[in-house]
Amino acid sequence: MGISIRASAMTDPITPVSEDREVAPPQQTVDGVPIAPVGGLDTALDQGLEVKARSQWNYARRRFVRHRLAMVGLVVLIIVFGAGIFANYIAPYSFSEIDLTNLISPPTTVGHHFFGTDAIGRDYFSRVIYGIRTSEEVGVFVAILSSLIGLVVGAIAGYYGGVVDNLLMRTTDLVLTLPFLAILLTASALLGQGSQWRVSIILALLFWTGLARVVRGIFLSLREKEYVEAAKAAGAGDARIMFRHILPNTLGPIIVNGTLAVATAILIEAALSFLGFGIKPPTPSLGVLVSDAQANPQQWWLTVFPGLTIVIIVLAINFVGDGLRDALDPTQRRVRA
Amino acid sequence: MLTFIVRRILYSIPVLIFSTFLSFVFVSLAGNPVALLNGNPRIPKNTIHLIEVQNHLNRSIPVRYVFWVRDLFTHKLGNSLLTFQPIWPDITRTLGHTAQVIIISETLAIVLGIVIGILSAIRQYSVFDYISTSFSFLGFAMPTFWLALLLQILFVDIYLKWNVRIFYTSGLNSPGQGTWSLDRLQHIALPVMTLCIISFAVYSRYMRASMLDVINIDYVRTARAKGLSDWHVIMRHVFRNALIPIVTVAALNIGGLLGGVIITETVFSLDGIGFYFLQKLQNGDLYAVMAYLVVTAVIIIVFNLIADILYGYLDPRIRYD
Repeated sequence: MGISIRASAMTDPITPVSEDREVAPPQQTVDGVPIAPVGGLDTALDQGLEVKARSQWNYARRRFVRHRLAMVGLVVLIIVFGAGIFANYIAPYSFSEIDLTNLISPPTTVGHHFFGTDAIGRDYFSRVIYGIRTSEEVGVFVAILSSLIGLVVGAIAGYYGGVVDNLLMRTTDLVLTLPFLAILLTASALLGQGSQWRVSIILALLFWTGLARVVRGIFLSLREKEYVEAAKAAGAGDARIMFRHILPNTLGPIIVNGTLAVATAILIEAALSFLGFGIKPPTPSLGVLVSDAQANPQQWWLTVFPGLTIVIIVLAINFVGDGLRDALDPTQRRVRA
Repeated sequence: MLTFIVRRILYSIPVLIFSTFLSFVFVSLAGNPVALLNGNPRIPKNTIHLIEVQNHLNRSIPVRYVFWVRDLFTHKLGNSLLTFQPIWPDITRTLGHTAQVIIISETLAIVLGIVIGILSAIRQYSVFDYISTSFSFLGFAMPTFWLALLLQILFVDIYLKWNVRIFYTSGLNSPGQGTWSLDRLQHIALPVMTLCIISFAVYSRYMRASMLDVINIDYVRTARAKGLSDWHVIMRHVFRNALIPIVTVAALNIGGLLGGVIITETVFSLDGIGFYFLQKLQNGDLYAVMAYLVVTAVIIIVFNLIADILYGYLDPRIRYD
């Protein structure tokens, strides 16, 4: 105990009390009387300094902020996604504005055509920016919806076991048996290509199985723990145990999984749209842009910019996801990749 | 071991039945196969009705599924609803082409991935390690279709600019050239390259991580302590144990690979099974789409089984009974 505190005191600067803005966790006091810190802290206290009490989340945040690649990824992601969210203000033109006097112009600052124009004179920079918006909406929506489904199914299967559990494991087996992309394509053919929401729902309905398995595993091992038994003895109902006592332990994997799901969803949406089974053309999508660029292979900017945007987004999300994994899920920590 | 294999095969039968039934319902609902014929005014209504009756299209979907299963065994996957041609020859032909591409690209990717993975693990945090790690991160983030298109554009440009034909950028063969010719190699080089880069990213990263997992284990330290050479320690004690997870990853990668094949073959207009599937799906050719789904599902199940068996064989700690 003393050693671990000393070790953190070595790396973390000890701040004076006045600047301490952290709330002490409840176990630091008993009936308002502070418990004396143990061991190696005495010397620090003698010098009139106090060690900050940190919660798990606090440590996680510090680990995340120290992860250099993750911070770079986060900054890039904020810039790119910010451009997508504020597309109306950033894009110099609308995504569908046609200028027949300025067809397939290469990238230039004249008239703010930073990424040039396409075959019917639409500003390519604006189209890519609006494409980012579509991609991020699809990615975030799929991540949230699939996490929710995965969480609920995984929690029920892991906590109650039995039929639900069996059904879940068989369904995941089923999803694993079939070629993922082929099933997505078939499902899109069934529902018809269309709005990004339809595509997102199809993706989410096939994405939840991975997370459900993870959540199920955690619930399965935690429901046997003594603290759950104690909660039961104290009269807590199933819902309370599931959501108050076990769920917080699954948040780390859920956040990591959800982050990486955004990247996967963006990649798969782009592939579907590229093949013509995703988002319908008037909505700009990065996959559709690359697909349309096939008609003009000599105009490199038409292929390069939307594709490069996908690569940058996915790279940034993967970096952030790795940082989050290291920060939130120390048990799963792997060697630095 | 034998009982394990038998049990796994028996277990995969209901999975296969259920998954094909689900896909059958999906694909049947997706479109009316005779819609194309209905649109043609020169085909009399009686003919269309006859076609519907012959193919049991007027029956309910579960009944049609039973007929389809019968055709699957008695007529080798049955006939196409649009061209009335047997499906089996198409499947074997396209699957052969795809197999050629996949085998070459996977062999390259596995060998390269293992070598690069080992090198970057034993020189962890060196310049070489950083370069190869960045490369594999890039491979993870790269959309397959974009990589394929970039390669295509690059080689079209080379051809147009200097009039040198290094690789062909679409198709499978020039007229009159065979399966095992330089011409074929020039045609499939770019699809092979695309798939290889994508898979390489996966293998090199896994290999590196799995080497690093093993490299600090006690028995490796013991091996060093008793004075074995570095080469001996790495090859005999680390490499062989680090290889186990790669075998599984390689076998389980087949599902993702079949997805990548759909995209790559479409970009390069290669007459493989992925391109075949996409065309049939666009046309709404029910039985051809189903044939693809069954064949790929069987392939994936077989590879999963191979992964499990190999894993048990390579790692004696795992027992199947």
